[in-house]
Amino acid sequence: MRLAGKKKTEIQEGDLTPMIDMTFQLIAFFMVLINFTQSEQDQRVQLPDSSLAKPAEQPLDHPIIIHLAEDGEAIYGGQKIPIGGMGPYLQKEIRGLEFTGDGIESATIVIRAHRHCQAGRVQELIEKCQEVGFENFALRAQENVETAKYLTQPE
Amino acid sequence: MKIRHSTGSGKDKIELQMTPMIDIVFQLLIFFIMTFKIVSMEGDFNIKMPQASPSTTQNIEPDFPPMSLFLTADEDGMISGIRLNNDPLPSFPDVNRRIIELVGGQAPGVEGEDTAEMELEFDYNLHYEYVIGAITAISGYKDGQGNVIKLIEKIRFATPDGPGPVVNE
Repeated sequence: MRLAGKKKTEIQEGDLTPMIDMTFQLIAFFMVLINFTQSEQDQRVQLPDSSLAKPAEQPLDHPIIIHLAEDGEAIYGGQKIPIGGMGPYLQKEIRGLEFTGDGIESATIVIRAHRHCQAGRVQELIEKCQEVGFENFALRAQENVETAKYLTQPE
Repeated sequence: MKIRHSTGSGKDKIELQMTPMIDIVFQLLIFFIMTFKIVSMEGDFNIKMPQASPSTTQNIEPDFPPMSLFLTADEDGMISGIRLNNDPLPSFPDVNRRIIELVGGQAPGVEGEDTAEMELEFDYNLHYEYVIGAITAISGYKDGQGNVIKLIEKIRFATPDGPGPVVNE
């Protein structure tokens, strides 16, 4: 009787190449789309919508970002500050601009105010900045084509 | 004589250790997935507002008469009235249409010598989103191709008449 030879036990290896291809493509996708500008955002602030809000073609020279929360208090450097108490912080920014040799006119105050914040508070913040000499302001909004609900007067 | 097979012959298959690489790759993938956040595009409305001083006033004859837009709010901060040059209008699209009639639109990319200026006044407690809505209606519109046609770029805020002066703390 002929005995069958001992079968070779081979490890079945799956082809990993397509999986690795896909994984690297996914990593590349997320790396390209990762947004590092989130540092200038604040979760406490929901920007108002505007159909004309488009990112600037050129970055601002010296942006100074001040958030305005729903309760009307300013958020600067992550901490809540009453608008009336912003003076020393703005003076500090001016000293920083003078130290780098740039004038106050090169700076832009970027106001990121909450959509339900009282508009008078935004005016107060602008006035506070004007008092120390800032004159360029940028009111930030988020792009939203469907802004009809904000454009219509309620019944 | 027993000939020993050489272990270092070129015919041997060198197998790469895939496991550590796949571990790292998956960790990277999970990191990027977890930190990924869809953020809507943000844009700025630039406003140049120097503090008023008598020495800086210039006698330039404007092409357009100064315009004013007044927004009133109800107790909840919702908009309750819109007046363009004391003319009541029902909505911001109507404001936009009226401004197009008054000043026309600039072709995209053309720097026109537009001297039209708008003074924006609003109640203190009005929600800020309506101010941005008004600025949007004043500053331009989009044509069929999505190009922004500019209308009025010089926007200034009227002096606020709020609950009192800002208190220094």
